[in-house]
Amino acid sequence: MKPLTFTLRETPPERLDLSPLTPERLEGLSAREIGGIRLVRSRRALTVGDVFRVSGKDANSVVLEGGSRRFDGVGAGMTAGTLVVAGDVGAQAGRTMRGGRLLIEGSAGPHAGSGMRGGWLEILGDAGDHLGGPLAGELAGMNGGVVVVRGSAGACAGDRMRRGVAAVLRGCGDYAGSRMIAGTLAVTGTVGRLPGYMMRRGSILLDRLPEEMSPSFVECGAPDSTFAAVFDRYLMAEGILKRPLLGARPGKFGGDNAVAGTGEILFRQD
Amino acid sequence: MQQLTVNGVTIDDTFAEAFGMRATAILITGPNRKWARQAAVTMTGFATSVIGCGCEAAIDVELSPAQTPDGRPGCRVMLFAVSTDELQKQLQNRLGQCVLTSPGSACFADLNGGVADLKLGSALRYFGDGWQVSKKFGGRHFWRVPVMDGEFLCEATTSMTKSAVGGGNLLLVAASNTQALAAAEAAVAAIEQVPGAIMPFPGGVVRSGSKVGGKYKGMMASTNDAFAPTLRGVVKSALGPADNAVLEIVIDGETSDAVAAAMKAGIGAVTALGPQEGASRISAGNYGGKLGKFHYHLKDLLP
Repeated sequence: MKPLTFTLRETPPERLDLSPLTPERLEGLSAREIGGIRLVRSRRALTVGDVFRVSGKDANSVVLEGGSRRFDGVGAGMTAGTLVVAGDVGAQAGRTMRGGRLLIEGSAGPHAGSGMRGGWLEILGDAGDHLGGPLAGELAGMNGGVVVVRGSAGACAGDRMRRGVAAVLRGCGDYAGSRMIAGTLAVTGTVGRLPGYMMRRGSILLDRLPEEMSPSFVECGAPDSTFAAVFDRYLMAEGILKRPLLGARPGKFGGDNAVAGTGEILFRQD
Repeated sequence: MQQLTVNGVTIDDTFAEAFGMRATAILITGPNRKWARQAAVTMTGFATSVIGCGCEAAIDVELSPAQTPDGRPGCRVMLFAVSTDELQKQLQNRLGQCVLTSPGSACFADLNGGVADLKLGSALRYFGDGWQVSKKFGGRHFWRVPVMDGEFLCEATTSMTKSAVGGGNLLLVAASNTQALAAAEAAVAAIEQVPGAIMPFPGGVVRSGSKVGGKYKGMMASTNDAFAPTLRGVVKSALGPADNAVLEIVIDGETSDAVAAAMKAGIGAVTALGPQEGASRISAGNYGGKLGKFHYHLKDLLP
């Protein structure tokens, strides 16, 4: 059976909420029902049929042919199946997803993977600010699952992260891992100012010494680390990295002591 | 008793009688082979028999750096006990006193498809006094406990099987102690290659085989007089006039098939050695077939 494919007719005239187009929400719907799904709450009342040409039948494997920065909430709340976007997406891609695989072949806007609890979100391009982070008023950000950004991420990647693994392969902006509660944020490439800003617990793993550390982090030595060896192997076994991130003897900063935190920033030394 | 002969070694037409047990397995790694082995050997010390040690344990196989999760040399250790509670207690005590303490050690779960979880790092984490770190990734849960040479990395739990078997055995009867020991060493070397089977006694060998009970009150086991050469004239002996030493190999297996494979490997090695260098006869211990659920007939395990 061919994947259920949504081919973009033209750039949409306004922002769209694509959260209804997930495998489990499309399962069992007829072509007519799918075509009638509303994608905006404005007076324009755009539906799937207005924006996409729909083909294929396998709702467990959904493809969006053509992306747009106006596609918000792509894969939000996903629990199973696969969703592939051949292009860019807007804000909150994969927000609160719990399972399945979401692949974005372009770049994503802010709050990608926000509050996700499970599943696998991969972005081949760049991600915006607040990767995995909570929306205003929410207590915790990413709460499980895996986010891989093959490009770079904006500011506050992993903000208030509580569980799971986020990996950014081409560096991220300021305040990486800000206010982390737990979980693991791995970054290759440069990080901006003050990584781990106000983090309580959790791990920020870097392939180099950060350029501007907060003075409220303290050096904690560099003994042999079995955890680093196991985590490096995990990253390579999952195809996230091709080379070890930390090496056998990463350096460590502990903090953020500004909030009596017991988190850590581990960084490769050689 | 009917007897078969393989390469001059007589095989008794009898069977080994074994029992169902609970078992678990962990993988211990270290900075090099010496220290991986040291942690494993220390943990499996005084673990020869559930009668007096609480559990039976030994190294199953040694693993190369390419075969372990952290790229360092390791040993797969198996523990067997008669109850889940006792297995948990023994595992926790031995891990805490022998592996946590060993320089550079780490510990991973190493039993697939078990029926219940036993605590590893989930129990030892309190040693970290609040500085321990929990890490979950790739479907696994680890605890990192700060210690004086860095961190002790320990998987949170390991699995337990109820399909394990304890008490597979071979009795190697020889004309001299030297020959009995040579046969036993050959059997141990062969059985060490069988995955999922351990030999918990010293070097894999028992010289004080036992029978159930004894004349003294409270004795759960006492000497196997039928196979003791110095008692040949005074008890109903199982030994012939030329038999002067008997050594036993006791085998515990993750599955019944592992025990059978181990016994087969042992019989193969002893018969290949022959009666001039090693044992003249192979027998096995049983209790008439009434106590143990698993019976391993030697005639079914010939090379």
